Amino acid sequence: MIALVKALWAVFLHAFKKRATIEYPENKAYCAPRWRGRIVLTRDPDGKERCVGCYLCSAACPVSCIALQCAEDETGRRYPKFFRINFSRCIFCGYCEEACPTYAIQLTPDYEMSEYNRQNLVYEKEDLLIRGQGKYHGYNFYRVAGVSIGGKGKGEGENEQPPIDVRGLAD
Amino acid sequence: MSDTLVMVCTIAGVLGAVLTAASLLIWGERRLLALWQDRLGPNRVGPLGLAQVAADVIKILTKEDWVPPFADKPVFVLAPMIIMTTTLLSFAVICFGPGIVVADLNVGLLFFLAMSAMGVYSVVMAGWASNSKYPLLGALRAAGQMFGYEVFMGLSLMGVVMCAGSFNLREIVLAQRSLWFCVPQAAGLAIFLIAGFAETRRLPLDLPETENELVAGYHTEYSGMKFGMFYVGEYVGIVLVSSLITVLFFGGWLGPWLPGVVWFCIKTVFFVCFFVLCRATLMRPRYDQLMSFGWKVLLPLSLVNLLVTAAVVLARGGR
Repeated sequence: MIALVKALWAVFLHAFKKRATIEYPENKAYCAPRWRGRIVLTRDPDGKERCVGCYLCSAACPVSCIALQCAEDETGRRYPKFFRINFSRCIFCGYCEEACPTYAIQLTPDYEMSEYNRQNLVYEKEDLLIRGQGKYHGYNFYRVAGVSIGGKGKGEGENEQPPIDVRGLAD
Repeated sequence: MSDTLVMVCTIAGVLGAVLTAASLLIWGERRLLALWQDRLGPNRVGPLGLAQVAADVIKILTKEDWVPPFADKPVFVLAPMIIMTTTLLSFAVICFGPGIVVADLNVGLLFFLAMSAMGVYSVVMAGWASNSKYPLLGALRAAGQMFGYEVFMGLSLMGVVMCAGSFNLREIVLAQRSLWFCVPQAAGLAIFLIAGFAETRRLPLDLPETENELVAGYHTEYSGMKFGMFYVGEYVGIVLVSSLITVLFFGGWLGPWLPGVVWFCIKTVFFVCFFVLCRATLMRPRYDQLMSFGWKVLLPLSLVNLLVTAAVVLARGGR
């Protein structure tokens, strides 16, 4: 009986405690930079698309909400011809970000993406592409990759030496 | 003629006030529960969220009013009406202030006990007519619980009747001029409070409902305004029991400075809030625990209370 009265009093005292509620549209909860929210496609420091259309994100996606088609420009640089994320299926697991070898696909702390029309949740490349580099600054895949593309031959990347003619060594 | 007019005005006023209070409880209970759970509760619609009441009423009125094909239709429809009728009828004998009473019955308290016993029919009929398992289990529990608490609820109030020497609620209030009955009848108050929880089927004694065991208990199959009547009927029941506690144990309208009705409202609102606080705090006992507690502890306790009160009243020369 005394325990019950004590419990009632303890609960009553909660009337004077700080509220746990965050009144949403006016105040928002803090989202850490690593919060897994709306997915974006980033650009490298030169302002070009980072995505090289390797399909790894699409393969890693557990709900198959990423669809893309790879293409190559005249310099040999790969890019996605279309890149489509169906956010009505996306579960924001972040596997695509982990799978991406070029830091192209990234999750952001934005979560306010409700729509009245379900079809509007299908984001195309122009909806996904942002102007900046996202969370990883200064990274440019083609500058550190060994492949040659137009304007950059083999061995001209960062921390690279000109290729050695292995046949010449035999002389 | 003017007597009739006064009567009609009183009835309309009491009905209006009680139903307003009950529907405000839709909002009030959620705000109070939120207050004690470190939340805010509904505060968006209208000032302080008060228009939530209107929003909920509109919502529940526009819902499909569906009777399951397997249900016993006439009984199914009748059940929610009975609970509203009996609880609202009980307000007829409650005196809200000096002279503000619909029916100044000389057996007012007995009338309340009769009506509360009738109210259980509603729950049992609802559970039975629903013709499915969870409502039936809820109705069984309601019937069993009724046997458990109805006896000691009546007995716990007899102490008050002895002290006041009357079943009339107005005379019971007037008998508390020198001392509220919550002091000499503290045991009776505690027992009646527990019976009140069972009577209104509120947590901690909401065994006929037990939403985590029996879906929604006896009103599982109900929807639309029929469910709304059970819902509002429960709140009317809370207001009823709170006002009865006020009348029987806390001096009704008696109090300094303020007019009687205001005192009555303050006291009643206090007990309504206490009901919500208990819901926020206490856990539900198991079914057999409630039964054995009722029969083995509260019934003997109320009998002892009755004997002691009778002895004291007799020793002081009786009434």
